Parts: sequence; C-alpha cells; structure tokens
Amino acid sequence: MARPFSIRHQTGFTAIAVICFAALYAPIAILVIYAFNAGTSIADWEGFSLRWFVAAWNNSQVIEVSIRSLQIAAAAAVMATIVATMAALATTRTAPYPGLTLKYAFINQPLMVPEIVTAVALLIFFSRIKVATGYSGLGYLIAAHTAFCIPFAYLPIRARLESMDLTLERAAADLYATPWQTFRRITLPLLWPGILAGLMLTFVISLDDVVITNFVKSGGQDTLPTYMLGQLRRAITPEMNAISTVFLLISVGIVTLFFFISRKRN
Amino acid sequence: MPRGKAAKLWGVCVPDLPGKNAIEVRGVRKVFGAGEAQIAALDSVSVSIRENEFFTLLGPSGCGKTTLLRLIAGFDFPSEGEILLYGDDIAPLPPFKRPVNTVFQSYALFPHMTVAENIGFGLEMLGKPKAEIGARVAAMLKLVKMEQLAKRRTSQISGGQQQRVALARALAPQPKVLLLDEPLSALDYKLRKEMQIELKRLQNETGITFIFVTHDQEEALAMSDRIAVMSSGKILQVGSPWDIYDRPAVRFVADFIGETNFLDAEVVSVSGDRATVKLSSGSAIKATFPAGTMPAGKVTIVVRPEHAEVMPAGARAPVLGGIIENIVYLGTDTHFHVKLADGPPFIVRQQNSKSGPCGFDKGENVGIEISSDVAQILKD
Repeated sequence: MARPFSIRHQTGFTAIAVICFAALYAPIAILVIYAFNAGTSIADWEGFSLRWFVAAWNNSQVIEVSIRSLQIAAAAAVMATIVATMAALATTRTAPYPGLTLKYAFINQPLMVPEIVTAVALLIFFSRIKVATGYSGLGYLIAAHTAFCIPFAYLPIRARLESMDLTLERAAADLYATPWQTFRRITLPLLWPGILAGLMLTFVISLDDVVITNFVKSGGQDTLPTYMLGQLRRAITPEMNAISTVFLLISVGIVTLFFFISRKRN
Repeated sequence: MPRGKAAKLWGVCVPDLPGKNAIEVRGVRKVFGAGEAQIAALDSVSVSIRENEFFTLLGPSGCGKTTLLRLIAGFDFPSEGEILLYGDDIAPLPPFKRPVNTVFQSYALFPHMTVAENIGFGLEMLGKPKAEIGARVAAMLKLVKMEQLAKRRTSQISGGQQQRVALARALAPQPKVLLLDEPLSALDYKLRKEMQIELKRLQNETGITFIFVTHDQEEALAMSDRIAVMSSGKILQVGSPWDIYDRPAVRFVADFIGETNFLDAEVVSVSGDRATVKLSSGSAIKATFPAGTMPAGKVTIVVRPEHAEVMPAGARAPVLGGIIENIVYLGTDTHFHVKLADGPPFIVRQQNSKSGPCGFDKGENVGIEISSDVAQILKD
C-alpha cells in the first residue's frame, strides 16, 4: 500500500537523526555521568559517588565565583530587560519611519559584531576609565554583560508587543486612561510574559559568558565560567563535571520554568 | 422634536438644523501619506449630528466612514477642519480627554480583567469613588442583562456576550456621544438581528447620541434616525432612512441602498416640487427631485422595483412595456426581470399576497405600471 509522502520514511532519515542527536547530547551525557565518578579520572569509571559535588560545595573558590556570576547575571538581566523593554516600546509603538529597520540593527548589534571585537574594544575603553576614576569594581562586568544581553531581551519583548492587539491600548485611551495609566494597566500586564522571557534568557546568557568576561574582568573577578576555564589548565578532576552538571540543571530549570509560565499565560 | 423634522429635511449637507448639535464636523479633510502618494481619506466633510440621535455613517469599505469615526474618537487628527462637541473644538484633544466612548469592531475587551473590571475601567480612570463605580457597574450589567457573568474572564464568554460587555463598558462613563465601529459585523445573522433591536433599546433608555458605522444598508435602514451615505471620502447625502431609500439624490446612493431601476428621461416641465418627465417609451410621469436643484433636459430617474407593477400587455396603456426575461420566486415576493422595449432591463418586485402562480410566463409581453409619486430625478 502506498503511503503518503513523509520525510520520516525516506532512506537514511532515522540514521541521520540519530547521529545528530547523539552528537548533540552524548558529550553532555558523558559529562554528567562522570560527575558521579568515585575516582579522580574523567575517563575511567570507578563507581558511583557524590564526592565531587561535595568537593565543589566545600571549595570556597567555587562558591565565591558562583556568587559573583549570579550577582552579575542578576544585575545585567534586570538592566538589560528594562532597557530592552523601553527600546521595544519605542520601536513598536510608533508609526513606521525611514531608518526604523536600521535602529533594529543597532539595537541588535551584539548579535552581529563578533564577541572578541566587543571584548577588545571594552578592554581598551574600560582601562581608560579605570585609570581616570580609579574604580575597579564589578561595574565594568555588569555594564559589559548588560550591553550584550540587550538583544536577547529585546527580541522576545518586541515579538510580544507586535502580536499584541493595538486596539486594547486605544480602548484604554478611549476610556480616559492617560498614556502612563494605559501602560501600567494594559500594556505592562499583557507584556509580562515577554518581559519574563527576556529576564530568564538574559540571565542564562550572562551566566554563560566567557569571552567578554575574560577581557573585561580585573584581578580576582573570576566568574564561574572563567574560573572553570582556568582550572582546566591544571589537572582536571570530576569536580568540573559536577559544577557543570549543577550549572546545566540551573539553566534547564530556568528555561523550563519560563516555558510553563508562558504557556499558562496564553 | 428634531427627529420628526429630520425626515422632511435632506440634502448633501445639513447645516444649522433646529435642535442641539452634539457633534458638528466642519470642513474636515484627512490626508494620509505625503507628496505624490497622498490619499485624501476624507475630503471637506461637513455634517451635524444632533443630540440623542441614532446617526449612521454608511458606505462601502474605504469610503472614509471609519476614518471619520476615528477622528471623532481622537485616535487620529484631521489635516484640516474642526470637530465640535457641543460647540467646543475637540479635534486637537487626545482620546482620553474626550467625553466620547467607542465600541470597537473587535470589542477590544481587556483579556486580563473580568467582565466587571472591564466595565468599571473608564470610571476608575476618571477617578470615581469605589462605591459609585460598583453601583454603576451593577446598573450597566443589568442594562445589558449580564448580571450573572460579572466575575467571568472575557475569554470565557460568547461573542454576543462580549459584544454586550463592550457596549456596557463604553456606556458606563456616560459619554456625551457613543461611537460604534461596525460592532455587529462579527456576529451571526440571528444574533445580529437581536443586537440591532438591543442597540435601539439601549439608545432609547440611555438617551445618548449614537454614531454608528456600517457597510450594511439593511442595518442602517433598520436602526438609524438619520443616515449619511459616504463614498470616496465624501458625504453624498444625509437624511432619514426614508429619504435615503426613496429620495436618493445621486446615482451612488440609489445604487448602494437596495435594488433599483435607472431610466433615462427628459424633463418636460417643472411645477412646485414635482417635474413631469418623458420616458423613452414616450409616456410621461411625475417625478420628485432633490431640493435646491432645478432639473432640466436629459436626466436619470430611479424607480424602486417594489414601486412598479407588472400587468398583462394591452390591459390599459402602461407606462413601460417589455418582455419577461426571468421570473425569480422568493417566497414572500416574486422578481420579474423585464427587458424593456427599448433595451434596458427593469426589475419589478411584487408581493405574493395570494397563493398560487403569479400568472405570467417567461417570454411574455407585459406592461409595467409605476405608482404615482415614486420616481425620483437624480442630480447626476
């Protein structure tokens, strides 16, 4: 019996799919498995143990860089999302004009400019400011992370704004709501899922950054990713696997949480 | 009573009528785009809408009726001209400063609020005390018969119910004028008929001036005190439903509202408000003409299909004669498509008062009688 055409039933489809998924997930699976290795090797399995999770927890350096990472990510995510919300409102709640597309491109600049270029540029720029002001705190890292996080918050928020019925805001204005009241009572509540998406996405992106952080950080300002990169130059133990596993769980947890929140809202 | 008088007055624009004007649109022009690509959505529109009136803007899509409504609501601003609300120019005011509310085509109910919160929104924005809002919302829910659904989300109620909530929400702040932008177009036929009656009842009970936008001529005729027929950014005629239907001033109005027959004729004489015209068949009939015009020479007259009658040829000297090309039986009435002796088609609608076949056959030679006082001479 002839079956209707389906790409799934073509020769080799299953093989290709399996290879692709294996390439994606096998390394991660191996990383997670060896986080539970009882031995000190990341290649030879010597039995199940949680010792490396305990070791990471008791490693004061790991805790310190983790806290720093979370601080930077939280600050950058909040600021980037606020800026992105304002940018998204300014670029959608207006009649189209020449140059609007160019503005989209400007806002999304971090997606197009290679990270290494931004990193070097910021290194030079911030070093001047450091000399001039003498300030060498976390502010530089937060500012840099905020900058490259903006497009990741801007895109979901703009998508949400564009799919929102403009008539609702018009109806509010018709019912005597000032522009500010309209924003607070109508636009913001309806935009909330988009803002939440932006917050979570930027949080994860900031948490994860290595290149820019490595260039911008001052001494003693390692974040979790740069700390791990530094550790890899020495002997590698499954402690790295354990830290990565926790990191993975946090990221997946945040994304899943967002998925359910946005689905419930809709 | 201005309404009674309205039926007798008509014309392209109706300036300075007796009775208080709720809205006066004066020489409004609205242009979209710039330079070569400029389009005039409204072209020097002037119209007065009286207090407590059910006024309809009727026309095909793109005629400018919604643009005019948006200018009155404040969602857009005129390029030229004034819009007076009880004598004050509101054209430059933002929508939240105009005591005018809108019922949107899509209803635009706030999805994150309950029915009651939606209805109370306008009063809340006006800073009314909580007790007053509560009482008013309750009264509104009662007015639109939705008391049981106050706590529901707007996504949990049917289209007809959403329509009622949209109405209640717009009426709650007691606007001076209520604007309705094709509010019935999303409802099915039966519900639409119900809501037409409901809207008339609400207008009577609240005494608020309604400005209603529609492209549905039947709806306009059934509900309005007066109708403005619009086309290509201009108001062609303002008048009572009877004026618009029976005394169209121009070809577009006659053609847009209902079915009609156009006949070439020549003016023989004019006396008072009646003209005697000679039809191409040779017979002469009396016809009315738009006030303020003086018909002369070759003109076009219109005769509604129900104002003519088919009769056996040669029974008595008929006004027109022709051959029946088609007979369409529609239950309540029958349409005769007659090809006139000199060529043009003519439709006669006859009510089926008695049961049984109509007594005429396709291809039969018949005469057409036109009732007195039904023919109207067009301006164009």
